[in-house]
Amino acid sequence: MSLHFELVTPARLVRSEEVFMVEVPGSEGNFGVLEGHAPFMSTIQDGALRVYRTNGAAPEDIRITGGFAEVSEKGLTVLAEHVEG
Amino acid sequence: MASLKELKGRINSVKSTQKITKAKQMVAAAKLRKAQTAAEAARPYASRLAAVMASLAGKVAGQDSAPLLMRGTGSDQRHLLVVVNTDKGLCGGLNSNIVKEAKLQARALEAAGKTVTFYLVGKKGRAPLKREFPNAKADGYDTSMVRTPGFDEASAIAHELIEMFAAGKFDVAHLVAPKFKSALQQDPITAQLIPVPAPAAASTSDAVVEYEPGEEEILEALLPRYVTTQVFGALLEREASEQGASMTAMDNATRNAGELIQKLTIQYNRSRQAAITTELIEIIAGAEAL
Repeated sequence: MSLHFELVTPARLVRSEEVFMVEVPGSEGNFGVLEGHAPFMSTIQDGALRVYRTNGAAPEDIRITGGFAEVSEKGLTVLAEHVEG
Repeated sequence: MASLKELKGRINSVKSTQKITKAKQMVAAAKLRKAQTAAEAARPYASRLAAVMASLAGKVAGQDSAPLLMRGTGSDQRHLLVVVNTDKGLCGGLNSNIVKEAKLQARALEAAGKTVTFYLVGKKGRAPLKREFPNAKADGYDTSMVRTPGFDEASAIAHELIEMFAAGKFDVAHLVAPKFKSALQQDPITAQLIPVPAPAAASTSDAVVEYEPGEEEILEALLPRYVTTQVFGALLEREASEQGASMTAMDNATRNAGELIQKLTIQYNRSRQAAITTELIEIIAGAEAL
């Protein structure tokens, strides 16, 4: 029961790990991605990704700008121009 | 024959040149590793973006509603060559190779009756290309102010290019940039930048993908980013190529200086001995005459 989550910027691969859920600030509203999500593509508003490592764990916020999210059978890939921290 | 003093001066001057080339070589070797890691770190983003583009482009391509950056202006009369050169010299034949490639492309386009303009990134390409094509209009972007050009610079360049394209200043843009193969080999490569060539459709999965907002809006947002990534890749390749070429060139220069020093030292010792011998003969001849 885990989602493969990748966060990539032009400079480097920031994250590549197994998580429980990621909440993404889509341009038409936030959406959460769990394992087994249907294939999906969306542009992202500048804002914070919330990463839940396990069910019920405290979320971790990653601020990104200029983003784009893709959900495929392989998991969630977020392409961002800048990542803070 | 040069006097002893002159020879000594020359040896010293070659020695200090050798010190400089040696230092530059070591600096380049250190920077090369960094530049290579940076180039490698940028690959995942580029490949993922290309994959996304490919799957999107396959759906939108050929339709009238495709974004301008993909569709093009419908003509291919005015060409823009984006030439990426280095800002600093001391890197062997790298810049002249890039300029040669750009000239070749420009000549071929001109022979086909197209008009060619330039957009020059980096200092070293400006003078030779201006000399060769005095009538061609050439804009440029100065990367010499920053230590290592990064994504911000690439984004600034891409924005300017897209603005020029939107304003109808050119129909097709090509990117001429060095491709880093090894420290010994960096080949200039020409690739079409705008309109964005549709990437070869990768394995399109059968799964129905949902898009938010629509496919075209996403493509519209992604295309400028794709151009930026191309430019960013070119900047990183340029950085690695510059350091690689510099390392090789400076290694050769250091070796040449070593050989020259050896030759001059032999010459110096010979003339010193010759002078001593002459002095001795003079003394002996003088003593015998008494």
